[in-house]
Amino acid sequence: MNATPTDHTRPAHTTTASATASATASTAPTSTSGSGPDPGPGPGPGPGPGPGPDLSPGREPSPAPDARPGGGPGSPGCHGTPWEELVTSALLGTDRRRPPVDVPPGKDLPAALLDAAAVETVRRRAGLRPAPAAAPPERAAADPRPPLPAAARRRLALLLADRPGTGGGRRGTAPDLTELLPQWLAVANDHGYAAPAELLPALLDAARGRTDLRPQTLHFAGPRALWLARLNPDWKFALRTSPGGNALPDTRDIDAVQRLWGEGLFAERVALLAAVRADDPEAARELLGGSWSTERAEDRLMFLDSLRAGLSDGDEPFLERALSDRSRNVRATAAELLSALPSSALATRMADRASSCVAMDQTRTGITVEAPHACDAAMERDGVVPQAPPGRGQRAWWLGQLVEATPLATWPARLGGRSAEEITALPVQDEWRPELHTAWCRAAVRQRDAGWARALLGVPSAPEAGGPGAVSLAERAKLLAVLPAAERADWVAGFIDAHGLSEAFQLLGVCTLPWSGTLGRAVVDALNIARDAGSYPWSFSGVMGLAERCLDPAETSRLESLTALSDEPEDGAPGAVGYWAEAFQRLVGTLRLRAAMVAEMHAPTGSATPTAPGAALCRPCDPGSAPPPEGPGTTSGPASADARI
Amino acid sequence: MNQQGVRWTADQVLALAPDAASRKAGSKLGAAGPWSEAGNSSEGVVWGLCKGSGSKPYQTVVDTTGPAYKCSCPSRKFPCKHALGLLLLWAGPDGADGTVPQAQPPEWAEQWLTDRRKRAAKQEESTPGAGRGGDAEAARRRAERRAERATAGTTDLEQRLTDLLRGGLAGAERAGYGPWEETARRMVDAQVPGLASRVQELGALPGSGAGWPVRMLEECALLHLLDQAWLRRDELPGPLAATVRTRLGLPTSADGPPVRDQWLVLAQYDSAEAKLTTRRIWLYGAESGRTALVLSFGAAGRAPELALPVGLALDAELSPYPGAGQLRAALGERFAAPVPTPLRPAGTGIADATAAYGIALRDDPWLDSWPVTLGDVVPVQEEHGDGWQLADAAGELALPLSDRAVSRPGLWKLVAVSGGAPVTVFGECGHGGFTPLTAWPTEPGAEAISLN
Repeated sequence: MNATPTDHTRPAHTTTASATASATASTAPTSTSGSGPDPGPGPGPGPGPGPGPDLSPGREPSPAPDARPGGGPGSPGCHGTPWEELVTSALLGTDRRRPPVDVPPGKDLPAALLDAAAVETVRRRAGLRPAPAAAPPERAAADPRPPLPAAARRRLALLLADRPGTGGGRRGTAPDLTELLPQWLAVANDHGYAAPAELLPALLDAARGRTDLRPQTLHFAGPRALWLARLNPDWKFALRTSPGGNALPDTRDIDAVQRLWGEGLFAERVALLAAVRADDPEAARELLGGSWSTERAEDRLMFLDSLRAGLSDGDEPFLERALSDRSRNVRATAAELLSALPSSALATRMADRASSCVAMDQTRTGITVEAPHACDAAMERDGVVPQAPPGRGQRAWWLGQLVEATPLATWPARLGGRSAEEITALPVQDEWRPELHTAWCRAAVRQRDAGWARALLGVPSAPEAGGPGAVSLAERAKLLAVLPAAERADWVAGFIDAHGLSEAFQLLGVCTLPWSGTLGRAVVDALNIARDAGSYPWSFSGVMGLAERCLDPAETSRLESLTALSDEPEDGAPGAVGYWAEAFQRLVGTLRLRAAMVAEMHAPTGSATPTAPGAALCRPCDPGSAPPPEGPGTTSGPASADARI
Repeated sequence: MNQQGVRWTADQVLALAPDAASRKAGSKLGAAGPWSEAGNSSEGVVWGLCKGSGSKPYQTVVDTTGPAYKCSCPSRKFPCKHALGLLLLWAGPDGADGTVPQAQPPEWAEQWLTDRRKRAAKQEESTPGAGRGGDAEAARRRAERRAERATAGTTDLEQRLTDLLRGGLAGAERAGYGPWEETARRMVDAQVPGLASRVQELGALPGSGAGWPVRMLEECALLHLLDQAWLRRDELPGPLAATVRTRLGLPTSADGPPVRDQWLVLAQYDSAEAKLTTRRIWLYGAESGRTALVLSFGAAGRAPELALPVGLALDAELSPYPGAGQLRAALGERFAAPVPTPLRPAGTGIADATAAYGIALRDDPWLDSWPVTLGDVVPVQEEHGDGWQLADAAGELALPLSDRAVSRPGLWKLVAVSGGAPVTVFGECGHGGFTPLTAWPTEPGAEAISLN
């Protein structure tokens, strides 16, 4: 014992092992164990008379007793421990509550309290013991897909780090990474790669913020993401939107199917219905029919809407019954679905009604229209809405609905054996032409009739195609979606060649990714013309953004020359040349990045299946059910299941 | 060589300018306008932040004993206009009391100074000769003065603590931050930044939720312990006395024998304070088995210079700083760029982790946590509340995660990487719980995942 300062109180121990302890109490843990400097504190034989508390950050002094054996009198929570006494005294003040400490001569009470508290603090910390383990989680299901190549993994981390709002301001020449995430996910899903576990939280956060990303993201994220989503309320959406949130029963297991159908959440039931319908449409209809009358109106509507996939003549009886539903929306949807079945009784009834309104005129050179004079109860039952919206003639409104629901094959027979092209070229009496053509457009879209769509679209370079013709841009976009992808691209390319870019945005949105060579060249040429005309690039920012995402990266070399600064045209907007060069640089940069993204997916990982570069991006998109992720003005049908929840 | 504490005249300053343009530019900056957080120390160091055209101010330090200059501006002039402007400000009529007050150098300045002095010391070693005795004498006097200030500061703080305990902590809750801010300023004046920051944290404790009196008493008691240790440092063993100096924030230098090793980068994370970003880099020596902490500093909003990617290994020398239980080291010579490595630190059990922290407290009772690599642990949600823990694979013992860890996105990375299966986790284990920093999945060859 050497040089113990007289004024340093050590309440529990009057002997000290070293000068260190005597001056600073730093060896309190060992000295309390009373066994020299070596044996450390910790579990097992606790550090002396009072084992420290369980590790429970921020919850001290917790009244929970030490759950571990050996939790002795030193545990916190039992009133009257030296430490508790010290805290009470400190809280109230030593003037009011005398702490249980010895005060050496020459030292005042607060200092003695602090001395004791320092010893206790270090002793408690040094004697901390592990807590009992909580019940472990179930393990995440294994993901059998091959891991991402390292470069693709780094790329994904970059794409996920570039959240909207982090940059702000003008975009400059840097590619917009967020917009590339959907493409990246599409390519990765085509390759069938597994998501890297450490990026799952960022993927789920990205999907949380963007509903349109959810299906692809959750598919890529795989089973572990769903496992993770169960642990974090922020990601609950994943369990609701993803049918795999809870494994669906085998569709042949009738009991399990019935149980889930009776007790499941709405999304689970929708998923179940789709699964059963895929295997056995009749069984699915029975399932739905069994509970139909007890479902809520909005649920009936959504279930009915889910029949859109795989619609067949077998569905007709069920749909026909739904025409008498209590809910008007259900009736309307049933009628719409039936009218998409050309051989259905409803389609025949509608064809009869429409045929009585539309006929060749007496000279056999044009069409004469006699719109219906009344909307009777039978028409109403077949889905005709009797009340016209404001500003529309009542009779024209009824006519439109009849023609729209009439199988298009009706018309050549009705109008003298003429083809669709011939019919659409016929003059129509009394200015009924817009009404009739608009209805045919809707019918062509609903019945996915490419022949009629082609006839109604006409020649892209026709003068009226660019102006406000009989067929609006929105309708044209929908008609285009009915055409095969290559024909669609050619039509839009022809349109841009003739009319420029100002009206092209919506039409470009329905073209498949990446754009065909013809289409890409048409867009680039049109942009070049716009630049030479001296306007600012942000007048074309929509098309520019589309081009960044949709141009074939193979076009990059052709674009290089455009990134240079050209001479300022005399009548051009000031500074526009620089901005154009910048915009083209960004375009080229983005295309390079997309090419790199695709190439990175082929980096050797051993188990990856080789695919030709570029081919991976050529995913036909079916605009009816799955619009391209970045498609503007997408032709989405009635609300999908996840939009409802 | 300039004498300590004597301010220069404006002419003396301008004589340093490399050319007429710099002289002119420097003169323009010799006014309080663009400057902030300027100060000077009794050792003849002047520093300040100068607002330039960019968003971040330039950091300018001048050691007038050299004189030597350091500025974060891109100028190739030497000294640059900022250094000249700063010296003019210091030399000017208001310099003494208002614009460039005497203070403790901020870390970014201190860092440069320490490095510089170390280089100077090395040079001196290699060229023993005249003037050395005088320098040593001056250094001794400086150190003495600094120690006197520290003693005054700790005595002051002791008084404050005993007053507090006499009146009760409950009163401190009502008084709020104010008195603590005031005390912290006095600690800054006494050039004991370590005490200043601890005092500042005390001020926030009453608002820290349930159980605050316990935390408050713990921190007050540890401050008291630190004060007492300083006041009786002569009775302490050398290493512990060095620890106390470090804890007080007195300058120390990494003068331990350099250790060359393959240093695996275990973790790297930044913590931003009001004026300073501190980067902590944990390293693990493949051969020595040592764990070391390298610090790097950046002015607020600027990333610290040193960046070492987690999971790579670095062939380099580390020089330890003095003090018992101190893991801090300075990165010395690097022999090769960091390379990927299959190396992983050996994992220990849960019980060994708490024991390691307890043992480390013997050397440094002020330690809040200790670096530990846990092998085969599973992140588990606690049954009640939002808490998480790392449980051993047998499901018996667990370390709760610290509040800091639970609130960070890294938690979800850790959970995702584990997927319910055991992983190896490096982190800091302390009285506040375990803070995971890096995880290694169990599959062979899996890369380290930084949990920032």
